[in-house]
Amino acid sequence: MPFTIKVNGTPHSVDVDGDTPLLWVLRDLLGMTGTKFGCGAALCGACTVHVDGAATRSCITTIDSIGNSAITTIEAVGRTPQGKALQQAWLDLEVVQCGYCQSGQIMSAAALLKDTPKPSDADIDAAMSGNVCRCGTYQRIRAAIHRAAT
Amino acid sequence: MLDSSPAPQLDRRNFLKASASFGGGLVVALTLPVALRPTWAQAEASPSFAPNAFIRIDRQGAVTLVMPMVEMGQGIYTSLAMLLAEELEVGLDQVKLEHAPPNDALYANAILHRQLTGMSSSIRAFWTPLRQAGAVARTLLIAAAAKQWGVDPAVCLAKHGVVSAGSRQLSYGQLVDAAAALPVPTPDSLALKDPKNFTLIGTPAKRLDTPDKVNGRAEFGIDTKQPGMKVAAIAISPVFGGKPKSLDEAAARAVKGVRQVVRIDEAVAVVADHMWAAKKGLEAAAIQWDDGPNAKVSSADIVRQLEEASKQPGVVARNEGDTEKALASAAQRLEAVYQLPFLAHAAMEPMNCTVHLRKDGCDIWVGTQAPTLTQAVVAQLTGLPKDAVKIHNHLLGGGFGRRLDVDGSVLAVKIAQQVDGPVKVVWSREEDIQHDMYRPYYYDRLSAGLDAEGMPVAWTHRTTGSSVMARYDPPLFKNGLDPDAVEGAAQPPYAFPNIHVDYVRVEPPAIPTAFWRGVGPTHNIFVVESFIDELAHAARQDPVAYRKTLLGHNPRALAVLTLAAEKAGWGQPLPAGHGRGVSVQQAFGSYVSQVAEVEVATDGSVKVHRIVCAVDCGMVVNPDTIEAQVQGGTFFGLTAALYGAITLKNGRVEQGNFDTYRPLRIDEAPVVETHLVKSSEAPGGLGEAPTAVVAPAVANAIFAATAKRIRTLPIDTNLLKLPS
Repeated sequence: MPFTIKVNGTPHSVDVDGDTPLLWVLRDLLGMTGTKFGCGAALCGACTVHVDGAATRSCITTIDSIGNSAITTIEAVGRTPQGKALQQAWLDLEVVQCGYCQSGQIMSAAALLKDTPKPSDADIDAAMSGNVCRCGTYQRIRAAIHRAAT
Repeated sequence: MLDSSPAPQLDRRNFLKASASFGGGLVVALTLPVALRPTWAQAEASPSFAPNAFIRIDRQGAVTLVMPMVEMGQGIYTSLAMLLAEELEVGLDQVKLEHAPPNDALYANAILHRQLTGMSSSIRAFWTPLRQAGAVARTLLIAAAAKQWGVDPAVCLAKHGVVSAGSRQLSYGQLVDAAAALPVPTPDSLALKDPKNFTLIGTPAKRLDTPDKVNGRAEFGIDTKQPGMKVAAIAISPVFGGKPKSLDEAAARAVKGVRQVVRIDEAVAVVADHMWAAKKGLEAAAIQWDDGPNAKVSSADIVRQLEEASKQPGVVARNEGDTEKALASAAQRLEAVYQLPFLAHAAMEPMNCTVHLRKDGCDIWVGTQAPTLTQAVVAQLTGLPKDAVKIHNHLLGGGFGRRLDVDGSVLAVKIAQQVDGPVKVVWSREEDIQHDMYRPYYYDRLSAGLDAEGMPVAWTHRTTGSSVMARYDPPLFKNGLDPDAVEGAAQPPYAFPNIHVDYVRVEPPAIPTAFWRGVGPTHNIFVVESFIDELAHAARQDPVAYRKTLLGHNPRALAVLTLAAEKAGWGQPLPAGHGRGVSVQQAFGSYVSQVAEVEVATDGSVKVHRIVCAVDCGMVVNPDTIEAQVQGGTFFGLTAALYGAITLKNGRVEQGNFDTYRPLRIDEAPVVETHLVKSSEAPGGLGEAPTAVVAPAVANAIFAATAKRIRTLPIDTNLLKLPS
């Protein structure tokens, strides 16, 4: 059935089953491939987007649950002050290795900073432990979040 | 200076000549991330200077560097660009990067003899050739300027893309036509820069691939979009060697968006407009499997088979002195069995491959560590000539050895043979973990004899397991010996007067094996460094002091050990329940030592607090990348040591996603400190060294904390529980 969702400020209409996860709508129907598929079960965080500002795993968020909520993806998070600061900190500290998980890492970190502008290490652990990085960039992720928070 | 007349097309001529050996498949249209441009096809249209296959400069002075190895996070695109740019005398801010097309003649890794990215070999293999390639181009640009000015080239200076002599200056862009008309010198005839004059190599240069990786623009294989492309979800036989027996095709086709159900020998794919429809279609198909001959295989069967085989002598990898005699007269004898599990790679980007197969050609969009192998296998499978198979390589969302194998492309092509138009085959995470090609299970037997002072007089090590090399690169599997399976075992860093190392090859049923980050050393360093710790304990000596005594002949290993121990505060008191452990490694052309500090709780749980790593990897190309690889490589090895195990039951892999095949997470990640030993030796590899060295440091720290010896990975915390 048809759904209209608002992604990065722009409405998009798609005709899919209501149980279709937002992840596949973004990637396969809207061609927005910055949001990544990692596990399909909310176990790795690679697919993290913001739904009304909250970090949300798009791989288990069905299209029929979104309604009028505003969706922000990695392609537009740089327009927010937290997203912009994080992207810069990520580059300043050379966080990225393969880069595949980093969209989700930045989206989770941006939601953290929005709610907690000066996070402690424990805050970072709590907000970021759902995001897996197999390259092992955790140490620099932690440092970059602190840097973006200053 | 711009000349509108047709420029000499030296690049085309040379490239055509060089590429003739693979059938003249010249124009390879690459799909490139934004930062990586332009395509070969576009480049062809623009007159440019290309004295070799790695460098192209156009009349506007745009410098394109062609990357023979693939970027999978290890920072190689930046490091290789630094080698070229150092001698070419351009800044990294002046270059654009391009993925190399598949071509062993132009882009083979000299250590691996093919265009393969692996074994931590890229810097070692390209250290000289890429600096030479840069020097050739610089020499020609200087010669062109000198000729124009009528001066001796020796008075000309090249810097940041400009040649100057006194007050005269010409940019590289202004010189390309003249430079392209000059004869190309042989690389060996040119003197390379003295390392003391390096301006880029050795500096913490910013990575060239990362800006597009923080904003979603970077394109991995899975992100490919092609006109008319469909998406396929795949179910591979859950038992290796099995086949689909029956399925409900009508139910699958009834799912909205499903276009086609494809059945191949070992798998079923559902082709749809998008991934969700394909997945639902696959579920609706309710596939029944014929499990085939491996239906009953379990891990216990495989371990029993290895254990039995390990009782017989293997192929000798090293034999010096007389270990039997030395053991017989030793004051003390030790024996131990060590075991390491099967491991999946679990790269964050699940396996995927996009194929457009036509009667006259085939396009493959994929991220692969083995582009020429992919091309060759697809050509064989389709019957097409190699030059009709175009490999559009991508950034890799993790490799770790998984993408050295081409099984994913083979499956995708088999599916595409039944699909009209381009099809992207994407594996679920469960398919990715349950149909990996796995790091082999190893079963190792060791013995040692100590003299009255506790020093080793004999050392024997027999490793038993699958040979990845025999399958992947048969010429390197000589006389039954797999050099990878014994790497780190046959040449331990220590001096043993009598040493015997042998290898028993056993290929387990039902589970294909492959290279995994750290390859042979990841297995052997754990075994050797744990057993040497057992020797130190039996000798009642400090583990660091004991190792130092055995490293007198090996100054680089001794230096990293000394540095790691010093920086870690070795010997300083620790709280109860904490322990420090050490390991030393000589592999991949580098020397690494780690000290791990762990805490073991009364429930047996292990918390790693701190890891200090000392590294001598010879001359350093990018110290920031070294630090990143030490952190990342350590976490990859630590994940395996703490959690990693693939097990079989009824022929099926029991793990499926990140809940059952557990990765290290940020709240479990210790602080990793990196300390570099300054060295003027040739560069060594570092992508895998930290992965291999961490498990024994942690296991030895657990022994220090609990007096319990870890001889099987992953670490079983049940064995570390204190009685309540």
